[in-house]
Amino acid sequence: MDNIAGTKSTLSWVVNISVVVLVVLWLFPTVGLLISSFRTADQIAASGWWKAPFATEQNLKLRAAGPEVQVQQGDLYVIEGRLAEEDLDISVWGISSRAIDAYQPGEVAELKKGGTITVNADGSYRAENTEEFTGKRGQRIFVTALTPAELTLENYQNMLLSEETSDGMVKAFFNTLTVTIPATVIPILIAAFAAYALAWMDFPGRAILIAVIVGLLVVPLQLALIPLLKLHLGIGIGKGYLGVWLAHTGFGLPLAIYLLRNYMAGLPRDIIENARVDGASDFQIFTRIILPLSFPALASFAIFQFLWTWNDLLVAKVFLIDSSGQTTVMTNQIVELLGTRGGNWEILATAAFVSISVPLLVFFTMQKYLVRGLLAGSVK
Amino acid sequence: MHPALLGLITITIGVSSCVGYFYLSNLFLDKVLFPARGPNAGRNINRANLIRPWLFLFPALFALGLYLAYPVVETLRLSLTERVPGGGYRWVGLDNYGQMLSEPKFWEAIRNNMLWLIVVPAMSTAFGLLAAQLTDRIKWGNIAKSLIFMPMAISFVGASVIWKLVYDARPAGTDQIGVLNALYIWFGGTEPNTWLTIPFWNNFFLMVVLIWIQTGFAMVILSAALRGIPEETIEAAIVDGASPLQIFFKIKVPQIKTTILVVWTTITITVLKVFDIVFAMTNGQWETQVLANYMYDKLFRANDWGGGSAAAMVIMLLVMPILVWNVRNARREMR
Repeated sequence: MDNIAGTKSTLSWVVNISVVVLVVLWLFPTVGLLISSFRTADQIAASGWWKAPFATEQNLKLRAAGPEVQVQQGDLYVIEGRLAEEDLDISVWGISSRAIDAYQPGEVAELKKGGTITVNADGSYRAENTEEFTGKRGQRIFVTALTPAELTLENYQNMLLSEETSDGMVKAFFNTLTVTIPATVIPILIAAFAAYALAWMDFPGRAILIAVIVGLLVVPLQLALIPLLKLHLGIGIGKGYLGVWLAHTGFGLPLAIYLLRNYMAGLPRDIIENARVDGASDFQIFTRIILPLSFPALASFAIFQFLWTWNDLLVAKVFLIDSSGQTTVMTNQIVELLGTRGGNWEILATAAFVSISVPLLVFFTMQKYLVRGLLAGSVK
Repeated sequence: MHPALLGLITITIGVSSCVGYFYLSNLFLDKVLFPARGPNAGRNINRANLIRPWLFLFPALFALGLYLAYPVVETLRLSLTERVPGGGYRWVGLDNYGQMLSEPKFWEAIRNNMLWLIVVPAMSTAFGLLAAQLTDRIKWGNIAKSLIFMPMAISFVGASVIWKLVYDARPAGTDQIGVLNALYIWFGGTEPNTWLTIPFWNNFFLMVVLIWIQTGFAMVILSAALRGIPEETIEAAIVDGASPLQIFFKIKVPQIKTTILVVWTTITITVLKVFDIVFAMTNGQWETQVLANYMYDKLFRANDWGGGSAAAMVIMLLVMPILVWNVRNARREMR
């Protein structure tokens, strides 16, 4: 159609470039966190993540070998070695934390306890003394070195494989899964039966019921928190998984019924009437015909409910998380990390990505159903 | 018991009791209560069909009533009472509301919520419309769409972490690791800003997060609407010599007006309920309080159930016009 009125190709260029700009703008923040999760704490602190592909200047705290390796060369005692196994690219160095940039590579520094030391640009060093070196540990050396770009899986290993350094994320991951799956499965079933009744059974009050469900679609969650918490505490469910499953089921139902009813109402009338004529009961029609045909709508809602329960913070905080700290979900764990580890971006970024990865996977594999559900779910 | 096992058992019990309920109740209705045989077979079938819809509806209606309808009434009642230390409630009339109206934090939340209500739906819809229109015209539009849509899958908490890194500030003189400060310094700024602590403007930095998430939603819906526009109207406009901008604003936008309104109201509702972003990023400090977080504060930090309920009622009051509008639309459509 663009060619009909001889539209200029410059316009198409402008459109293409604008879309590139939009996409980059939208991706940029996420990519930043993703790259940060693959960098070490030092790298993150030293430079912005967009510099990750380039070598960065970093301040390293290293130590020369101890006196036990000294050798006598003539009348000099000498300690020789390398500060790191790989080649460094040192720009300045120092021997005191107050002056880490006191010397250029190759210059000679006077040691406090006697003797001198020279550090070369590649990280090799040589300490000399006319007397024997004493003490237990080697000299501390501060270097500012250009370290090559490097991405590491270390953060993920720390978080996922080791109990002590995981900051509770592994447990939170499984807790989240435990909350999510029943909270997704149960409402679908309840809603499907109700949706069938609302779509294909004739009874007085049907129109009013549908209107009520449309109204309940937008009732804010906040309204339900206090009465339901009170109810749960009152009937002995307390705070726990059962409570959070019931809550998610209740809150998910209006959308589920609404989506499924709209879809089922659109199914061809002939099929259902033929089945009725052949003597099938409503129960049979529902389980044998309607349910299999409604698969796309069921999938749409399942994805919605899964994303919503996985990403939820408020419902979990109110109905699940108690003071024992045993039942925490990932979103809550991340909020706590934001408080206690606010500056440790390597931990925060990794934790956030562990939590985001599952919804993203679902999103990219099931996008078709998600879009379909969105289009059906927005009240037109 | 291990929670995963508990979960598995719950799924099994939940699913099988649902199926069992529907199956057995139908069986009971058809075989015991109104059997379709004997002298009254015809009448019995009719009676059974009168009752059956309610069998199908009962679990859903029960859950909806208990988890959504009852709380509305109960919250209203609680907002007029006060918890007495040691148990029980005392009727206090409108005291909770009066107390709330005298708190500066409440007015701050109202002001911020109004800002959110204006800015977020407007910007999300505008960006969504722009993205929908542009991506529909290019070959790789579907990939672009799915990338702009992606934040929709990310939790508000995850998004908060993502954007906190964007807003991060390091002491002056060191390398900035937050993009915003790095750009600010690069363009000649002297001191890095801690963006989230600048009163008033920090609200906008929080809104950006929600706009970023909601734009994809707006784009998907509006793109479908744009495709539904009859080709002839556009062709006629082209023949009449309309420019692309004229076609967009004078032909396309008027035809999808109702969809734009739907997107707008849907995002408005999301905005009214926004809690996680503020909770995770500033927790209402530095004058960024919003109603949902204010309510949470009342409820769990101050342990003031009456005040919390009053705050929840205010949110409900703000949602009310949209609720009425939705219901009226749905009823009109049904006819």
